[in-house]
Amino acid sequence: MQIPGVTEASNHRVNEVTIGATEAEGGTRSHSVTIGGAKTLPFMRSDGDLGHRPLVAVDVLDRPPDDWSDLLLEPYRDVVNDPGEWAKKAVEYGADLVCIVMEGIHPDRGDLDAAHAVEAVSKVREAVGVPLIVWRCEDDAKDNEALPKVSAALKGERALFGTVTQENYKRLTGVCMADGHNLIGEAPIDVNMAKQVNILVSDMGFPLERIVMYQTTGALGYGIEYAYSIQERQRIAALQGDRMMAMPVIAVAGEYAWKAKEAKTPESAMPSWGPQLERAVTWEAMTALALIQSGVDIITMRHPKAVAIVKDYIDKLYAS
Amino acid sequence: MIPIGERINGSFPDMKRAIAARDKKPVQELALKQKEAGAAYLDCNVGTAAADQEAAMRWLVETIQEVTDTPIAIDSQKLAVVRAGLDAIDNPKGCIVNSCSGDEEKLDIYMPMCIKNNASLIALTMTREGVPQNVEARVEVAATIIGKASEHGMATDRLFIDPIILPVNIPGAQAQPGYILDALGQIKIMTDPPVHITCGLSNLSQGTQERHLINRTFLAMAAAVGLDSAIVDVLDTDLMDAWITAEMLLNKQIYSDSFLKAARMNM
Repeated sequence: MQIPGVTEASNHRVNEVTIGATEAEGGTRSHSVTIGGAKTLPFMRSDGDLGHRPLVAVDVLDRPPDDWSDLLLEPYRDVVNDPGEWAKKAVEYGADLVCIVMEGIHPDRGDLDAAHAVEAVSKVREAVGVPLIVWRCEDDAKDNEALPKVSAALKGERALFGTVTQENYKRLTGVCMADGHNLIGEAPIDVNMAKQVNILVSDMGFPLERIVMYQTTGALGYGIEYAYSIQERQRIAALQGDRMMAMPVIAVAGEYAWKAKEAKTPESAMPSWGPQLERAVTWEAMTALALIQSGVDIITMRHPKAVAIVKDYIDKLYAS
Repeated sequence: MIPIGERINGSFPDMKRAIAARDKKPVQELALKQKEAGAAYLDCNVGTAAADQEAAMRWLVETIQEVTDTPIAIDSQKLAVVRAGLDAIDNPKGCIVNSCSGDEEKLDIYMPMCIKNNASLIALTMTREGVPQNVEARVEVAATIIGKASEHGMATDRLFIDPIILPVNIPGAQAQPGYILDALGQIKIMTDPPVHITCGLSNLSQGTQERHLINRTFLAMAAAVGLDSAIVDVLDTDLMDAWITAEMLLNKQIYSDSFLKAARMNM
């Protein structure tokens, strides 16, 4: 007996967001990238168009990291003093985008000024041609002071700026609207708040088609299953036609994975866990893969070996 | 949630005058106002305003289509008037035919006609013997309608079943709303995906003192058992708020603090 195929076709799709502008489009990027566009749950290719491939963004800090494991620092040791050189290394390691993390402007982590932030992104812009992401330091006052200047410095580049929250969105939304950038709306593993952020941002006149959603994610073993269910719920809402939930999604794997004790603990302290480098790289790669399977469109990562595993995996998922 | 705006109907004095005088402006204004308020379809009923109902229906459909692409629900009990409306429809989204009784010979005419014209159909759970007075008879007529849809190859998402709501203040009719809720639950599980359930909501409160309150209370109750469409006054903001809230409480849209606004942005 032949069993009939069952498909669940949707008339709606995840929004497409284009990041990066070439010279012809008013920027200086060598190319742009487009994310989103799925018409189905992740990888249900029998149900419809999977949309664009997920992309890997590699973190570049605005100043040398002060809390990275030696194992993570090793591949970048020669370049951490220069964000431009660091970004080149990231691209060499396979970065589809470079994510500049403004750690050094945080009052507790260097309290560097807006001029420093602008210099850091300018160096990255000069050094590489891939599209850019700028990630805040997560101190609202400092972000509101520095990021508008960074946004102005990158005007025309159609970068992706993050993040805005329900408590702090007006300043960054305003400048990104004026300077033509895309925006990341953040929520603390909370689907209701994610929707509210999107509504607040769009109330200011910011186009829905330029918003990317971010749910603060934990690493593998630290609540990743909550992130997974939330991404799933967001995707279902998008496919059912909820315009306030139809944005593509970014998630953070590298930073969180390398904060996990499974990545940080040396082999000497826990011999039964095996070699630390292999363990930490696996932890980062597995965190990223789980999030990609949940439907994430951009994943931010750190260690080149983990990046290689994830890029190879994406290639295999999309090999027809 | 599929609201069908009820206001373009010749039984309202303003529309009766406009149709009789072929005055486009009030019709077009009302079409746009209802669209703005969230109408997914615009019901279109010529009532008794014109001697030539077919010509009036054609004019009404054309007049509305001049200003909006919101699809129309052609509302008439007369087949010739429905056909005149269908001839005038020019919309890739199709339309709804409102309505056809649950008599088999009627369904055999209406269903093929709807399929041919890219139209959905509202079928009433009543027959030439009248409106059923209990749960079982309503469900039985619904089963006949669904069986006919399957026979004619009409997709369940093109079929709206209307359980016929009578005014609650008619002597002896007060048990009917409860019967309807029972029947809806049973009709909703007859097919997968389920058929749409709609109703002419305002009829429920005809002649009562608390029309708006009665309408929106029943709408929320019926939404809970599967009603997903209704022919309503979409300009009644309290009614639409209650409906959106009922759908949110049923987890049909993701909650946010601005859920009323979010729902309207999706309309």
